[in-house]
Amino acid sequence: MKAVLGLEDGTVIKGKGFGAEGVALGELVFATSFTGYEEALTDPSYNGQILMMTYPLIGNYGVSYENFQSEGIKTEGFVVREICDHPSHPKSKSTLHEFLEKEGIPGICDVDTRMLTILTREKGTMRAALITGDDDGDRAVQLAKEQKPISELDLISKVTCAEPYQIKGRGKRFVVMDLGVKQSILSGLSQRDVDIVVVPADATLQQIQEYEPDALLLSNGPGDPMQAKNAISIANDLVGKIPIFGIGLGHQVIALALGAKTYKLKFGHRGANQPVKDVDTGKIYITSQNHGFAVDSDSLNDTELRVTQVNVNDSTVEGLRHTSLPIMSAQYYPEVVPSPRDVEFSFDAFMKIIGGCGA
Amino acid sequence: MPKRPDIKKVLIIGSGPIQIGQAAEFDFSGTQACKALREEGVSVVLVNSNPATIMTDPETADTIYIEPLRAEIVAEIIAKERPDGVLAGMGGQTGLNITSELAEKGVLDRYDVKVLGTPLEAIYDTEDRDRFKHAMERIGEKVPRSRAVLSIEEAIDIARELGLPVIVRPAYTLGGYGSGIARTEDELRDIVEKGLKRSRIHQVLIEESVLGWKEIEYEVMRDAKDTCITVCSMENVDPMGIHTGESIVVAPVQTLTDTEHQMLRSAAIKIIRALGIEGGCNVQFALRDDEYRVIEVNPRVSRSSALASKATGYPIARVAAKIAIGLELDEIPNDVTKETPASFEPTIDYTVLKIPRWPFDKFVTADRTLTTAMKSTGEVMAIGRTLEESLQKAVRSLDIDMQLGDGQWNEEEIRALLQKPTDERLFVIYYALRHGFSVEEIARLSKIDPLFITKLKNIIDMEDVLKKDLSTETLRIAKRMGFTDARIAELTGRKREEINDLRRKSKIKTTYKLVDTCAAEFEAKTPYYYSAYETQCEVVPSDKKKVLIIGAGPIRIGQGIEFDYCTVHAVLALREEGIETHIINNNPETVSTDYDTSDKLFFEPLTLEDVMNVIEAEHPYGVMVQFGGQTSVNLAVPLEQELKRRPDLKTVILGTSPASMDIAEDRDLFSKLLKKLNIPQPDSDSATALDDAKEIAKRIGYPVLVRPSYVLGGRAMEIVYDEGDIERYMREAVRVSHEHPVLVDHFLQNAVEIDVDAVSDGKDVLIGAIMEHIEEAGIHSGDSACVIPPQSLSEQTLQTVRDYVKQITLALEVKGLINIQMAVKDDVVYVLEANPRSSRTIPYVAKATGVPLAKIAAKVMIGHALKELGFAEEQKIKQVSVKEVVLPFDKLPGADPILGPEMRSTGEVMGIDYDFARAFFKAELSADNPLPTKGTVFISGRDEDKPALVEIAKKMQDIGLTLIGTAGTAHYLTERGVKIDVIQKIHEGSPNVTDMMRKGGINLVINTPTSKAALKDGHEIRRAAVDYNIPYITTIQAARAAANAIVAIKKGKTTIKSIHEYHRELFNR
Repeated sequence: MKAVLGLEDGTVIKGKGFGAEGVALGELVFATSFTGYEEALTDPSYNGQILMMTYPLIGNYGVSYENFQSEGIKTEGFVVREICDHPSHPKSKSTLHEFLEKEGIPGICDVDTRMLTILTREKGTMRAALITGDDDGDRAVQLAKEQKPISELDLISKVTCAEPYQIKGRGKRFVVMDLGVKQSILSGLSQRDVDIVVVPADATLQQIQEYEPDALLLSNGPGDPMQAKNAISIANDLVGKIPIFGIGLGHQVIALALGAKTYKLKFGHRGANQPVKDVDTGKIYITSQNHGFAVDSDSLNDTELRVTQVNVNDSTVEGLRHTSLPIMSAQYYPEVVPSPRDVEFSFDAFMKIIGGCGA
Repeated sequence: MPKRPDIKKVLIIGSGPIQIGQAAEFDFSGTQACKALREEGVSVVLVNSNPATIMTDPETADTIYIEPLRAEIVAEIIAKERPDGVLAGMGGQTGLNITSELAEKGVLDRYDVKVLGTPLEAIYDTEDRDRFKHAMERIGEKVPRSRAVLSIEEAIDIARELGLPVIVRPAYTLGGYGSGIARTEDELRDIVEKGLKRSRIHQVLIEESVLGWKEIEYEVMRDAKDTCITVCSMENVDPMGIHTGESIVVAPVQTLTDTEHQMLRSAAIKIIRALGIEGGCNVQFALRDDEYRVIEVNPRVSRSSALASKATGYPIARVAAKIAIGLELDEIPNDVTKETPASFEPTIDYTVLKIPRWPFDKFVTADRTLTTAMKSTGEVMAIGRTLEESLQKAVRSLDIDMQLGDGQWNEEEIRALLQKPTDERLFVIYYALRHGFSVEEIARLSKIDPLFITKLKNIIDMEDVLKKDLSTETLRIAKRMGFTDARIAELTGRKREEINDLRRKSKIKTTYKLVDTCAAEFEAKTPYYYSAYETQCEVVPSDKKKVLIIGAGPIRIGQGIEFDYCTVHAVLALREEGIETHIINNNPETVSTDYDTSDKLFFEPLTLEDVMNVIEAEHPYGVMVQFGGQTSVNLAVPLEQELKRRPDLKTVILGTSPASMDIAEDRDLFSKLLKKLNIPQPDSDSATALDDAKEIAKRIGYPVLVRPSYVLGGRAMEIVYDEGDIERYMREAVRVSHEHPVLVDHFLQNAVEIDVDAVSDGKDVLIGAIMEHIEEAGIHSGDSACVIPPQSLSEQTLQTVRDYVKQITLALEVKGLINIQMAVKDDVVYVLEANPRSSRTIPYVAKATGVPLAKIAAKVMIGHALKELGFAEEQKIKQVSVKEVVLPFDKLPGADPILGPEMRSTGEVMGIDYDFARAFFKAELSADNPLPTKGTVFISGRDEDKPALVEIAKKMQDIGLTLIGTAGTAHYLTERGVKIDVIQKIHEGSPNVTDMMRKGGINLVINTPTSKAALKDGHEIRRAAVDYNIPYITTIQAARAAANAIVAIKKGKTTIKSIHEYHRELFNR
């Protein structure tokens, strides 16, 4: 199958198509972990984006359907150097090609992904169009340019749950506002015996309060945090009332709710090797991250939030904590797959704050 | 925390000679550690017995001792130097063992020397198998069930409990030395008996078998603040049961899901934390389905860490050294990005594949089965964007006579070899796929993951496509899968040149990508490249004057670390001259492939095409072929022809012309040259057929020395004594090298052999040193101990030697290095051969004389005159330096430990002192052949040697050694006044000599083999000496030197002086 990738700067890359025939629109972003493609594809935070893996051989262990982070693929398209036609793993149920085809997601392979990564690093994240079944480069570039920038897209409504649901536990009750929550975050809470109620991103304050939560967790999710208007207002309302915890997008939402600012990173952090330093202890943890926006550390000066963790590579804000209230957040994924398991501690730190049962 | 203020001077212990299980990786790590510490203002004291290393270069450390790596000697160095700390983990197992011994003897406490980095407790926890098991159990990590035992009886009891097969692992050994898989009780007895002997603490572990599980490794680092990172994950293609050093290994892991990868990664970090390691360690796991076992932890840099460093670009040894003096990971910059710190995990966007290089071409009788003990001498690494590419690159990097498709096996053999593999496993799998075996069946028999077998099948499928269709698109795909032009030509029945032209016409150009630790997320500042057939090429050629130096490839017998030393020196010399210097090489263990050695590193195979591709990308003004040993020399002529074919490239071969090299390599041409110069040579002729050979031998007179032309390390070289012998030889030799004739030389019996290394600029000749061999001519020069300066040659003979060297060198118009071998018999000097290239003695000569020959040669090759460089005169020296070799017999069951014209040694050591006897004593000690000053010596000599044995035996007797011998030798000596007891030969029944050896009743074995072929008894005695770790000597010359050395040591002490002190004495005349 023919395939072509067009970027907003006019770059046209032809390759081989796999997965579904069609068109994918979104920002082209790269992820640097060499395992975890099944988890990445189903991570709702990648919504609105065409995901490119920097590792050249993808699909070696097939698709098990056991490691989904949501009910299906959430990325718009998939770019790899080489796709594996003969995966080898006892748990594999299908090839990546079959998986993408079934999910209706276009993919492109046989392209110089390293070149595209360098281009992204140098120019910053670009809008892209991936066409399979055709290789009209001009059209791809046209489509790349025509689409709205990610900051103007409401992606949360596409990935949040339609109705509230409960995952019973014997411990404290958490309301999780689903901005595109990863399955592994819910599993992480369940492992700590948390009584979980997941609510949609447009849930009202009243709806949330009816569950009489011990804490609110603002989940990860896709796109620009400024788009999470309801979540920002809910967080604002609940400050000082119940403990609040944020992960990824949820972390940015907390910052915005408390008066800080966020900005778009040049090309984001996506991978399983990001070093995060704890400001108090000086200890460094390797974390998994997937974010294109970050909290502006200067803007925190006028808030009651304090930076607890920073990225060692570029000093961006990775963790926040309120100076007096039980509010804390992490930009990275604590105990989320694909991820190193170095930072389970931040879940536990939060459990401790709210007096729950830390594992 | 910044650097510890109390650490101002650090002792680094090297790993000693290259041997199976311990190759150049410790030179790479140790050299990196020296640099890293000196950057922080720490003074470095280094001790290593191996002169062929970069780490023992005077520039590498502040004070360097080339001394035996024995605790008692290191203790003396500590007393003299008073270092604040010792870095134990840089010298492999040797470094750890010595540090442990020094601690146990109280030396470290007495002189207040701190163990830096990994604490001793952690070393004990990982090395002592029983403690390791308990340490893992404490943190809930599963290890295979096992028990440490101290006797055979205990071992059998445990094995019965665990059920056979079991794995036997001796404590404190390197490279799985002494370990094995016991499938029967007899095998168990045998392995345990030898294993107990080889373990430093006489302990072996009997372990439950996890044969057939996947073997996965992680390289982990930890600092004092408990920050942990994994540098690299590696997956062994070969399953458990084959030592990781013997396995094909890929990085990163290929067949593991994220869940599995994170499970093992987390376990690795938990383990490094629990052990309290500060620095790096390697953790090995066995994995099957969701279950895993911790197999082993190496709390130090290792061959795996060298591989991980080269695979990712993350300098593990450098970072470990900085951690050891108190720095934390985020205080150490990532050398590659310069802007981000070392506290991150490298990620890679290519695939890396390593294949070991085995020495079985040298040891035809050795057991080639791959098992839990190492047999390989070195390895190659290849980087590609596809696994097929990495694999094909790695195979051609091996520089062996086989490529995929070679070899032939019947179905039964295939099945057997898939289940019990040898070094030929890869070729067997290819062959099996070609002959109807399915991927699944091969996977079932071999326990290799089908993913890897499928990659081989993809190569086969592509070959079939190529045979039918040679379109641009097919060609492009083939190149992406790592096919060479030559291979495509072979498959399509065309010429290599045609394919090369076609490819370039089709605009399929080699691109080069960067190894940058971060998959391009950050901009890399290090110039470390690999080739791929992609869209973007990241090499940006400068317009500076550039030279490409061709490296030596994998460490193998005949081409060891010496050639990497020469390569590195050439680079250093050219960089001193302001020339941009590039290296192409494929050996991950070496200093030459460290990214900061050269201005650009191309991690590539060393074939004509791979070298030409780099030349095309960079357009250097010159390329140097004389430093990388035979591998690069063999490229000289083809490279010259190809450069001629490509007028668009202006690159020239620097130094001695390929035509001159050819004269030296071609025996006929060389012989004519010598005749013209009137220089004596042994009678010789060359034969292309059997009848030819027989006739020549008859004319010249037996015994004759026969060998194929163009040899490396005396491969297939033999002394033959009669016609039957020559018939057998011709059958084998012709198979070895069909393109070149067989050479028949008169063999000079009982001659003294001489080696000379020299450099010429075309006008003057600088003699580096004249080396006198201790063993007689006929034993390969690479296997012979030798001494600088010569001890038994007259000044007149030496003058003749110098004259001949100058005449030959000038006649060959040598520009650069030359090594000439000669033999002296009855005061006549014969020239045996000349090699206008670097030799394995260059580093030894440099250390003994202080004259850096390789550097001088590189400078001469770019146009400097010797006089201008200030090196016109042969250096006079005051000390005596003895080079001794290290033989791999103990690692190769079945091989006969005897020296001959075929080179067998893997490495070398140097002993230096003010007289020959003491220098020889040290050299033997360094070679792990310690000469006893008390105890019992067993003597058994061939008839010709018996007269010479009298004096030797008397000397030994006079200093109080007890002598025993076989009946013939004992009677002969008794009749001449020596007190010697008779002991039975093996076939005479028990108790015999081997019984006594097994019981530890013999401290030295002198056994000179009979002249024709090793008799069975002699073989068994020598083999037993090897198996029971008893020093042994097989030549009369060495026996004589040993007797003198023992006498000298009884009388006085050896000298402990640094190489800097010795060199100062030479240059402050």
